[in-house]
Amino acid sequence: MIGLILLIRRELKLALRGGTDAVMAVVFFVLAAVLFPFGLGADPAMLPRIGGGIIWVVALLAAMLSLERMYANDHEDGSLDLLYLSPVALGTLALAKALAHWLTTGVLLLIAAPILALLYNLPASAFGALALSMLLGTPILSLVGGIGAALTLGARRGGVLLALLILPLYVPVLIFGAGAIDGAVAGRPIGPALLVLSGFLLAALALAPWATAAALRQAIE
Amino acid sequence: MFHRFANPARFSRIATRILPWSAAATIAMFIIGIYYALFASPADFQQGETVRIMYVHVPSAWISMACYTFIAVMSAIALIWKHPLADIAARSAAPLGVGFTLIVLITGSLWGKPTWGTWWVWDARLTSVLVLFFLYLGHIALTNAFDNPQRGARAAAVLALVGFVNIPIIKFSVDWWNTLHQPASVTRLDAPAIDPAILTPLLLMALAFTLYFFTMLLIRMRADLNGARARALRLSAAE
Repeated sequence: MIGLILLIRRELKLALRGGTDAVMAVVFFVLAAVLFPFGLGADPAMLPRIGGGIIWVVALLAAMLSLERMYANDHEDGSLDLLYLSPVALGTLALAKALAHWLTTGVLLLIAAPILALLYNLPASAFGALALSMLLGTPILSLVGGIGAALTLGARRGGVLLALLILPLYVPVLIFGAGAIDGAVAGRPIGPALLVLSGFLLAALALAPWATAAALRQAIE
Repeated sequence: MFHRFANPARFSRIATRILPWSAAATIAMFIIGIYYALFASPADFQQGETVRIMYVHVPSAWISMACYTFIAVMSAIALIWKHPLADIAARSAAPLGVGFTLIVLITGSLWGKPTWGTWWVWDARLTSVLVLFFLYLGHIALTNAFDNPQRGARAAAVLALVGFVNIPIIKFSVDWWNTLHQPASVTRLDAPAIDPAILTPLLLMALAFTLYFFTMLLIRMRADLNGARARALRLSAAE
Protein backbone atom coordinates (compact mmCIF):
# COMPACT_ATOMS: atom_id res chain seq x y z
CA MET A 1 0.00 0.00 0.00
CA ILE A 2 2.82 2.39 0.92
CA GLY A 3 4.58 1.31 -2.25
CA LEU A 4 1.45 2.12 -4.26
CA ILE A 5 1.19 5.64 -2.77
CA LEU A 6 4.90 6.33 -3.23
CA LEU A 7 4.75 5.20 -6.86
CA ILE A 8 1.71 7.36 -7.58
CA ARG A 9 3.46 10.34 -5.96
CA ARG A 10 6.52 9.74 -8.10
CA GLU A 11 4.40 9.62 -11.27
CA LEU A 12 2.52 12.79 -10.36
CA LYS A 13 5.77 14.63 -9.58
CA LEU A 14 7.23 13.55 -12.91
CA ALA A 15 4.06 14.66 -14.69
CA LEU A 16 4.02 18.04 -12.93
CA ARG A 17 7.67 18.81 -13.58
CA GLY A 18 7.91 17.04 -16.91
CA GLY A 19 5.67 19.38 -18.73
CA THR A 20 2.66 19.72 -20.86
CA ASP A 21 1.63 16.18 -21.89
CA ALA A 22 -1.51 16.13 -19.76
CA VAL A 23 -2.54 19.63 -20.80
CA MET A 24 -2.04 18.70 -24.44
CA ALA A 25 -4.46 15.78 -24.05
CA VAL A 26 -7.17 18.13 -22.75
CA VAL A 27 -6.50 20.69 -25.49
CA PHE A 28 -6.79 17.87 -28.04
CA PHE A 29 -10.02 16.71 -26.34
CA VAL A 30 -11.66 20.13 -26.68
CA LEU A 31 -10.25 20.93 -30.10
CA ALA A 32 -11.23 17.61 -31.70
CA ALA A 33 -14.76 17.86 -30.29
CA VAL A 34 -15.07 21.40 -31.62
CA LEU A 35 -14.26 20.15 -35.13
CA PHE A 36 -17.42 18.04 -35.40
CA PRO A 37 -19.98 20.88 -35.58
CA PHE A 38 -17.92 22.40 -38.43
CA GLY A 39 -18.15 19.15 -40.36
CA LEU A 40 -21.71 18.16 -39.49
CA GLY A 41 -23.39 21.55 -39.31
CA ALA A 42 -24.46 23.27 -36.09
CA ASP A 43 -28.14 22.38 -36.03
CA PRO A 44 -29.12 23.03 -32.37
CA ALA A 45 -31.62 20.16 -32.46
CA MET A 46 -29.05 17.66 -33.74
CA LEU A 47 -26.13 18.58 -31.48
CA PRO A 48 -27.56 17.21 -28.20
CA ARG A 49 -28.39 13.95 -29.99
CA ILE A 50 -24.83 13.32 -31.16
CA GLY A 51 -23.01 15.20 -28.38
CA GLY A 52 -22.73 12.35 -25.89
CA GLY A 53 -21.26 9.98 -28.43
CA ILE A 54 -18.78 12.53 -29.79
CA ILE A 55 -17.58 13.56 -26.33
CA TRP A 56 -16.93 9.89 -25.54
CA VAL A 57 -15.17 9.09 -28.82
CA VAL A 58 -12.91 12.10 -28.43
CA ALA A 59 -12.25 11.17 -24.79
CA LEU A 60 -11.05 7.69 -25.92
CA LEU A 61 -8.65 9.24 -28.41
CA ALA A 62 -7.40 11.87 -25.95
CA ALA A 63 -6.75 9.25 -23.26
CA MET A 64 -4.77 7.24 -25.81
CA LEU A 65 -2.43 10.13 -26.68
CA SER A 66 -0.39 9.91 -23.49
CA LEU A 67 -0.57 6.11 -23.15
CA GLU A 68 2.45 5.50 -25.32
CA ARG A 69 4.75 7.28 -22.86
CA MET A 70 3.29 5.46 -19.83
CA TYR A 71 6.13 2.94 -19.59
CA ALA A 72 8.35 3.98 -22.50
CA ASN A 73 10.28 6.71 -20.61
CA ASP A 74 11.01 4.40 -17.68
CA HIS A 75 11.96 1.62 -20.10
CA GLU A 76 14.44 3.80 -21.98
CA ASP A 77 16.25 5.27 -18.96
CA GLY A 78 16.34 1.97 -17.09
CA SER A 79 14.18 2.90 -14.12
CA LEU A 80 11.70 0.20 -15.13
CA ASP A 81 14.40 -2.42 -14.49
CA LEU A 82 15.02 -0.93 -11.04
CA LEU A 83 11.29 -0.92 -10.27
CA TYR A 84 11.15 -4.54 -11.43
CA LEU A 85 13.94 -5.46 -8.99
CA SER A 86 12.41 -3.46 -6.13
CA PRO A 87 10.25 -5.26 -3.51
CA VAL A 88 7.08 -3.69 -4.97
CA ALA A 89 5.13 -6.24 -7.03
CA LEU A 90 4.72 -5.58 -10.75
CA GLY A 91 0.94 -5.61 -10.37
CA THR A 92 1.20 -2.78 -7.84
CA LEU A 93 3.38 -0.84 -10.24
CA ALA A 94 0.82 -1.39 -13.01
CA LEU A 95 -2.00 -0.19 -10.76
CA ALA A 96 -0.01 2.87 -9.67
CA LYS A 97 0.84 3.77 -13.27
CA ALA A 98 -2.80 3.41 -14.34
CA LEU A 99 -4.08 5.51 -11.42
CA ALA A 100 -1.47 8.18 -12.06
CA HIS A 101 -2.42 8.20 -15.75
CA TRP A 102 -6.04 8.62 -14.75
CA LEU A 103 -5.23 11.47 -12.34
CA THR A 104 -3.23 13.31 -15.00
CA THR A 105 -5.57 12.62 -17.95
CA GLY A 106 -8.97 11.22 -16.99
CA VAL A 107 -9.63 13.76 -14.23
CA LEU A 108 -8.74 16.64 -16.55
CA LEU A 109 -11.08 15.22 -19.22
CA LEU A 110 -13.76 14.96 -16.55
CA ILE A 111 -13.28 18.66 -15.71
CA ALA A 112 -13.30 19.73 -19.37
CA ALA A 113 -16.33 17.61 -20.34
CA PRO A 114 -19.01 20.05 -19.02
CA ILE A 115 -17.57 22.79 -21.27
CA LEU A 116 -18.07 20.50 -24.28
CA ALA A 117 -21.55 19.64 -23.00
CA LEU A 118 -22.37 23.37 -23.10
CA LEU A 119 -20.97 23.69 -26.62
CA TYR A 120 -23.09 20.72 -27.71
CA ASN A 121 -26.19 22.22 -26.16
CA LEU A 122 -26.81 19.18 -23.92
CA PRO A 123 -29.82 19.66 -21.62
CA ALA A 124 -29.06 20.25 -17.94
CA SER A 125 -30.59 16.88 -17.07
CA ALA A 126 -27.78 15.11 -19.00
CA PHE A 127 -24.90 16.71 -17.04
CA GLY A 128 -25.22 14.23 -14.20
CA ALA A 129 -25.10 11.28 -16.61
CA LEU A 130 -22.11 12.83 -18.40
CA ALA A 131 -20.15 13.36 -15.17
CA LEU A 132 -20.99 9.93 -13.73
CA SER A 133 -20.29 8.01 -16.93
CA MET A 134 -16.95 9.82 -17.37
CA LEU A 135 -16.09 9.24 -13.70
CA LEU A 136 -16.75 5.49 -14.05
CA GLY A 137 -15.46 5.11 -17.60
CA THR A 138 -12.18 7.04 -17.79
CA PRO A 139 -10.37 4.90 -15.16
CA ILE A 140 -11.16 1.86 -17.35
CA LEU A 141 -9.43 3.62 -20.26
CA SER A 142 -6.29 4.08 -18.16
CA LEU A 143 -6.34 0.53 -16.76
CA VAL A 144 -6.92 -1.23 -20.09
CA GLY A 145 -4.61 1.21 -21.87
CA GLY A 146 -1.83 0.24 -19.48
CA ILE A 147 -1.97 -3.31 -20.87
CA GLY A 148 -1.48 -1.96 -24.38
CA ALA A 149 1.32 0.36 -23.31
CA ALA A 150 3.16 -2.55 -21.66
CA LEU A 151 2.58 -4.88 -24.63
CA THR A 152 3.97 -2.45 -27.21
CA LEU A 153 7.05 -1.59 -25.14
CA GLY A 154 10.00 -1.63 -27.54
CA ALA A 155 7.86 -2.36 -30.60
CA ARG A 156 8.40 -0.78 -33.99
CA ARG A 157 5.69 1.81 -34.85
CA GLY A 158 4.46 1.60 -31.26
CA GLY A 159 1.89 4.40 -31.53
CA VAL A 160 -0.21 3.05 -34.40
CA LEU A 161 0.08 -0.46 -33.02
CA LEU A 162 -1.17 0.72 -29.63
CA ALA A 163 -4.27 2.22 -31.27
CA LEU A 164 -4.95 -1.03 -33.16
CA LEU A 165 -4.66 -3.09 -29.97
CA ILE A 166 -6.54 -0.84 -27.58
CA LEU A 167 -9.41 0.71 -29.54
CA PRO A 168 -11.30 -2.61 -30.02
CA LEU A 169 -11.06 -3.16 -26.26
CA TYR A 170 -12.46 0.34 -25.62
CA VAL A 171 -15.65 -0.34 -27.60
CA PRO A 172 -17.76 -1.61 -24.64
CA VAL A 173 -16.86 1.48 -22.55
CA LEU A 174 -17.83 3.70 -25.47
CA ILE A 175 -21.17 1.94 -25.97
CA PHE A 176 -22.29 2.18 -22.37
CA GLY A 177 -20.70 5.58 -21.65
CA ALA A 178 -22.36 7.23 -24.61
CA GLY A 179 -25.49 5.17 -23.96
CA ALA A 180 -25.88 6.69 -20.49
CA ILE A 181 -25.70 10.25 -21.86
CA ASP A 182 -28.04 9.47 -24.77
CA GLY A 183 -30.47 7.91 -22.31
CA ALA A 184 -30.44 11.04 -20.16
CA VAL A 185 -30.99 13.29 -23.21
CA ALA A 186 -33.92 11.13 -24.34
CA GLY A 187 -35.35 10.95 -20.82
CA ARG A 188 -34.73 7.23 -20.26
CA PRO A 189 -33.34 5.84 -16.97
CA ILE A 190 -29.53 5.88 -16.94
CA GLY A 191 -29.09 3.38 -14.11
CA PRO A 192 -28.51 0.21 -16.18
CA ALA A 193 -25.76 1.72 -18.34
CA LEU A 194 -23.98 3.14 -15.29
CA LEU A 195 -24.24 -0.18 -13.47
CA VAL A 196 -22.68 -2.00 -16.44
CA LEU A 197 -19.90 0.61 -16.50
CA SER A 198 -19.28 0.06 -12.78
CA GLY A 199 -19.05 -3.66 -13.49
CA PHE A 200 -16.48 -3.03 -16.21
CA LEU A 201 -14.53 -0.78 -13.83
CA LEU A 202 -14.42 -3.43 -11.10
CA ALA A 203 -13.39 -6.12 -13.57
CA ALA A 204 -10.69 -3.87 -15.02
CA LEU A 205 -9.41 -2.96 -11.55
CA ALA A 206 -9.10 -6.63 -10.68
CA LEU A 207 -7.71 -8.02 -13.94
CA ALA A 208 -5.91 -5.24 -15.84
CA PRO A 209 -2.96 -4.75 -13.40
CA TRP A 210 -2.43 -8.49 -13.49
CA ALA A 211 -2.36 -8.62 -17.32
CA THR A 212 -0.15 -5.51 -17.43
CA ALA A 213 2.28 -7.17 -15.04
CA ALA A 214 2.44 -10.24 -17.31
CA ALA A 215 3.11 -8.00 -20.32
CA LEU A 216 5.78 -6.01 -18.44
CA ARG A 217 7.55 -9.20 -17.41
CA GLN A 218 7.83 -10.22 -21.09
CA ALA A 219 9.16 -6.77 -21.97
CA ILE A 220 11.84 -6.68 -19.27
CA GLU A 221 13.15 -10.21 -19.57
CA MET B 1 1.83 -36.95 -24.84
CA PHE B 2 1.81 -33.18 -24.30
CA HIS B 3 5.58 -32.77 -24.22
CA ARG B 4 6.26 -35.36 -26.90
CA PHE B 5 5.18 -32.79 -29.49
CA ALA B 6 7.51 -30.14 -28.07
CA ASN B 7 10.18 -31.58 -30.35
CA PRO B 8 9.82 -29.67 -33.65
CA ALA B 9 11.46 -32.43 -35.70
CA ARG B 10 9.03 -35.03 -34.36
CA PHE B 11 6.09 -32.69 -34.94
CA SER B 12 7.17 -32.05 -38.54
CA ARG B 13 7.48 -35.78 -39.15
CA ILE B 14 4.01 -36.49 -37.78
CA ALA B 15 2.52 -33.51 -39.65
CA THR B 16 4.03 -34.73 -42.92
CA ARG B 17 2.49 -38.14 -42.35
CA ILE B 18 -0.97 -36.76 -41.50
CA LEU B 19 -1.13 -34.04 -44.18
CA PRO B 20 -1.98 -36.13 -47.30
CA TRP B 21 -4.82 -37.83 -45.44
CA SER B 22 -6.30 -34.65 -43.99
CA ALA B 23 -5.95 -32.86 -47.34
CA ALA B 24 -7.77 -35.72 -49.11
CA ALA B 25 -10.47 -35.77 -46.42
CA THR B 26 -10.92 -31.98 -46.77
CA ILE B 27 -11.41 -32.19 -50.54
CA ALA B 28 -13.78 -35.15 -50.21
CA MET B 29 -15.86 -33.41 -47.53
CA PHE B 30 -16.01 -30.22 -49.61
CA ILE B 31 -17.28 -32.15 -52.62
CA ILE B 32 -19.97 -33.90 -50.57
CA GLY B 33 -20.82 -30.75 -48.60
CA ILE B 34 -21.11 -28.49 -51.64
CA TYR B 35 -23.20 -31.10 -53.47
CA TYR B 36 -25.62 -31.22 -50.54
CA ALA B 37 -25.57 -27.44 -50.06
CA LEU B 38 -26.16 -26.48 -53.70
CA PHE B 39 -28.11 -29.39 -55.21
CA ALA B 40 -29.47 -31.88 -52.67
CA SER B 41 -31.15 -29.41 -50.31
CA PRO B 42 -34.40 -27.47 -50.82
CA ALA B 43 -34.58 -23.68 -51.16
CA ASP B 44 -36.14 -21.93 -48.17
CA PHE B 45 -39.76 -20.93 -48.75
CA GLN B 46 -39.13 -17.42 -47.38
CA GLN B 47 -35.50 -16.74 -48.26
CA GLY B 48 -35.45 -18.68 -51.53
CA GLU B 49 -32.03 -19.63 -52.85
CA THR B 50 -30.20 -17.11 -50.62
CA VAL B 51 -30.46 -19.63 -47.79
CA ARG B 52 -27.50 -21.41 -49.40
CA ILE B 53 -25.21 -18.53 -48.37
CA MET B 54 -25.74 -19.76 -44.84
CA TYR B 55 -23.86 -23.00 -45.61
CA VAL B 56 -20.70 -20.92 -45.95
CA HIS B 57 -21.57 -18.19 -43.45
CA VAL B 58 -22.41 -20.26 -40.38
CA PRO B 59 -19.47 -22.72 -40.54
CA SER B 60 -17.05 -19.79 -41.05
CA ALA B 61 -18.56 -18.04 -38.05
CA TRP B 62 -18.09 -21.14 -35.92
CA ILE B 63 -14.50 -21.54 -37.08
CA SER B 64 -13.69 -17.84 -36.60
CA MET B 65 -14.72 -18.07 -32.93
CA ALA B 66 -13.20 -21.53 -32.42
CA CYS B 67 -9.96 -20.27 -33.96
CA TYR B 68 -9.72 -17.39 -31.49
CA THR B 69 -10.46 -19.79 -28.65
CA PHE B 70 -7.73 -22.08 -30.01
CA ILE B 71 -5.30 -19.13 -30.10
CA ALA B 72 -6.21 -18.17 -26.52
CA VAL B 73 -5.71 -21.75 -25.26
CA MET B 74 -2.38 -22.03 -27.13
CA SER B 75 -1.34 -18.66 -25.69
CA ALA B 76 -2.11 -19.84 -22.16
CA ILE B 77 -0.08 -23.03 -22.78
CA ALA B 78 2.78 -20.95 -24.21
CA LEU B 79 2.81 -18.57 -21.24
CA ILE B 80 2.41 -21.21 -18.52
CA TRP B 81 4.53 -24.11 -19.80
CA LYS B 82 6.68 -22.22 -22.33
CA HIS B 83 5.71 -24.89 -24.86
CA PRO B 84 7.57 -23.93 -28.07
CA LEU B 85 4.97 -25.30 -30.48
CA ALA B 86 2.10 -23.47 -28.78
CA ASP B 87 3.60 -20.12 -29.84
CA ILE B 88 3.91 -21.37 -33.40
CA ALA B 89 0.37 -22.76 -33.37
CA ALA B 90 -1.05 -19.43 -32.18
CA ARG B 91 0.99 -17.47 -34.72
CA SER B 92 -0.04 -19.81 -37.56
CA ALA B 93 -3.73 -19.81 -36.67
CA ALA B 94 -4.20 -16.01 -36.55
CA PRO B 95 -4.17 -15.32 -40.34
CA LEU B 96 -6.59 -18.22 -40.83
CA GLY B 97 -8.86 -16.57 -38.27
CA VAL B 98 -8.69 -13.27 -40.16
CA GLY B 99 -9.68 -15.08 -43.36
CA PHE B 100 -12.67 -16.83 -41.80
CA THR B 101 -13.83 -13.65 -40.03
CA LEU B 102 -13.63 -11.76 -43.33
CA ILE B 103 -15.68 -14.51 -45.03
CA VAL B 104 -18.29 -14.24 -42.26
CA LEU B 105 -18.56 -10.47 -42.69
CA ILE B 106 -18.72 -10.59 -46.49
CA THR B 107 -21.16 -13.50 -46.82
CA GLY B 108 -23.23 -11.98 -44.04
CA SER B 109 -23.65 -8.71 -45.87
CA LEU B 110 -24.32 -10.52 -49.17
CA TRP B 111 -27.10 -12.39 -47.38
CA GLY B 112 -28.30 -9.30 -45.51
CA LYS B 113 -28.89 -7.21 -48.66
CA PRO B 114 -31.71 -9.37 -50.12
CA THR B 115 -33.05 -10.54 -46.74
CA TRP B 116 -32.84 -7.53 -44.42
CA GLY B 117 -32.58 -4.97 -47.23
CA THR B 118 -29.24 -3.60 -46.06
CA TRP B 119 -25.56 -4.53 -46.36
CA TRP B 120 -24.79 -3.69 -42.76
CA VAL B 121 -26.61 -2.92 -39.52
CA TRP B 122 -25.00 -1.92 -36.22
CA ASP B 123 -26.44 -4.95 -34.54
CA ALA B 124 -24.74 -6.44 -31.47
CA ARG B 125 -23.56 -9.61 -33.17
CA LEU B 126 -22.31 -7.91 -36.34
CA THR B 127 -20.46 -5.32 -34.29
CA SER B 128 -18.85 -7.85 -31.99
CA VAL B 129 -17.68 -9.91 -34.99
CA LEU B 130 -16.17 -6.74 -36.45
CA VAL B 131 -14.35 -6.23 -33.15
CA LEU B 132 -13.12 -9.83 -33.40
CA PHE B 133 -11.72 -9.01 -36.85
CA PHE B 134 -9.75 -6.07 -35.42
CA LEU B 135 -8.55 -8.20 -32.50
CA TYR B 136 -7.11 -10.68 -35.01
CA LEU B 137 -5.39 -7.86 -36.91
CA GLY B 138 -3.95 -6.46 -33.66
CA HIS B 139 -2.70 -9.92 -32.71
CA ILE B 140 -0.89 -10.34 -36.05
CA ALA B 141 0.53 -6.81 -35.96
CA LEU B 142 1.83 -7.30 -32.42
CA THR B 143 3.39 -10.67 -33.29
CA ASN B 144 5.42 -9.03 -36.07
CA ALA B 145 6.22 -5.74 -34.32
CA PHE B 146 9.40 -6.81 -32.55
CA ASP B 147 12.90 -7.55 -33.76
CA ASN B 148 12.97 -10.49 -31.38
CA PRO B 149 10.24 -12.98 -32.51
CA GLN B 150 10.13 -14.52 -29.01
CA ARG B 151 9.08 -11.18 -27.52
CA GLY B 152 6.42 -10.73 -30.21
CA ALA B 153 4.99 -14.18 -29.52
CA ARG B 154 4.80 -13.57 -25.77
CA ALA B 155 3.21 -10.12 -26.12
CA ALA B 156 0.67 -11.49 -28.61
CA ALA B 157 -0.12 -14.32 -26.18
CA VAL B 158 -1.02 -11.84 -23.42
CA LEU B 159 -3.15 -9.86 -25.89
CA ALA B 160 -4.95 -13.02 -27.04
CA LEU B 161 -5.93 -13.80 -23.46
CA VAL B 162 -7.11 -10.23 -22.83
CA GLY B 163 -9.11 -10.19 -26.07
CA PHE B 164 -10.78 -13.49 -25.21
CA VAL B 165 -13.46 -11.55 -23.26
CA ASN B 166 -14.99 -10.76 -26.66
CA ILE B 167 -15.77 -14.40 -27.51
CA PRO B 168 -18.59 -14.93 -24.98
CA ILE B 169 -19.94 -11.50 -25.97
CA ILE B 170 -20.19 -12.63 -29.62
CA LYS B 171 -21.68 -15.99 -28.69
CA PHE B 172 -24.38 -14.60 -26.43
CA SER B 173 -24.93 -11.20 -28.07
CA VAL B 174 -28.06 -12.49 -29.82
CA ASP B 175 -29.50 -13.69 -26.50
CA TRP B 176 -28.52 -10.69 -24.37
CA TRP B 177 -29.67 -8.01 -26.80
CA ASN B 178 -32.82 -8.56 -28.79
CA THR B 179 -31.43 -7.63 -32.19
CA LEU B 180 -31.88 -8.17 -35.91
CA HIS B 181 -29.53 -11.16 -36.15
CA GLN B 182 -31.44 -14.37 -35.45
CA PRO B 183 -30.64 -16.32 -32.26
CA ALA B 184 -28.76 -19.62 -32.24
CA SER B 185 -30.77 -22.41 -33.84
CA VAL B 186 -28.30 -25.33 -33.89
CA THR B 187 -26.32 -25.22 -30.63
CA ARG B 188 -29.24 -25.25 -28.20
CA LEU B 189 -29.84 -27.43 -25.18
CA ASP B 190 -33.03 -28.87 -26.63
CA ALA B 191 -33.31 -30.22 -30.18
CA PRO B 192 -32.04 -27.92 -32.97
CA ALA B 193 -34.78 -25.64 -34.28
CA ILE B 194 -33.85 -26.30 -37.86
CA ASP B 195 -35.12 -28.74 -40.45
CA PRO B 196 -32.95 -31.87 -41.09
CA ALA B 197 -32.94 -31.09 -44.83
CA ILE B 198 -31.05 -27.88 -44.07
CA LEU B 199 -29.15 -29.14 -41.02
CA THR B 200 -27.46 -31.99 -42.93
CA PRO B 201 -25.61 -29.82 -45.51
CA LEU B 202 -24.81 -27.31 -42.76
CA LEU B 203 -23.10 -29.92 -40.60
CA LEU B 204 -21.32 -31.43 -43.63
CA MET B 205 -19.97 -28.01 -44.58
CA ALA B 206 -18.97 -27.36 -40.96
CA LEU B 207 -16.99 -30.60 -40.99
CA ALA B 208 -15.36 -29.64 -44.31
CA PHE B 209 -14.39 -26.18 -42.96
CA THR B 210 -12.98 -27.73 -39.79
CA LEU B 211 -10.87 -30.18 -41.80
CA TYR B 212 -9.70 -27.32 -44.03
CA PHE B 213 -8.69 -25.30 -40.95
CA PHE B 214 -6.81 -28.28 -39.49
CA THR B 215 -4.98 -28.99 -42.77
CA MET B 216 -4.00 -25.36 -43.32
CA LEU B 217 -2.86 -25.09 -39.71
CA LEU B 218 -0.56 -28.09 -40.12
CA ILE B 219 0.85 -26.68 -43.39
CA ARG B 220 1.44 -23.25 -41.85
CA MET B 221 3.04 -24.65 -38.68
CA ARG B 222 5.35 -26.87 -40.72
CA ALA B 223 6.27 -23.93 -42.95
CA ASP B 224 6.98 -21.79 -39.89
CA LEU B 225 9.26 -24.47 -38.42
CA ASN B 226 11.06 -24.93 -41.74
CA GLY B 227 11.45 -21.16 -42.05
CA ALA B 228 13.05 -20.96 -38.61
CA ARG B 229 15.39 -23.81 -39.56
CA ALA B 230 16.35 -22.15 -42.83
CA ARG B 231 17.15 -18.91 -40.96
CA ALA B 232 19.29 -20.78 -38.43
CA LEU B 233 21.18 -22.58 -41.21
CA ARG B 234 21.77 -19.33 -43.10
CA LEU B 235 23.09 -17.67 -39.94
CA SER B 236 25.44 -20.55 -39.19
CA ALA B 237 26.63 -20.58 -42.84
CA ALA B 238 27.38 -16.85 -42.66
CA GLU B 239 29.62 -17.21 -39.61
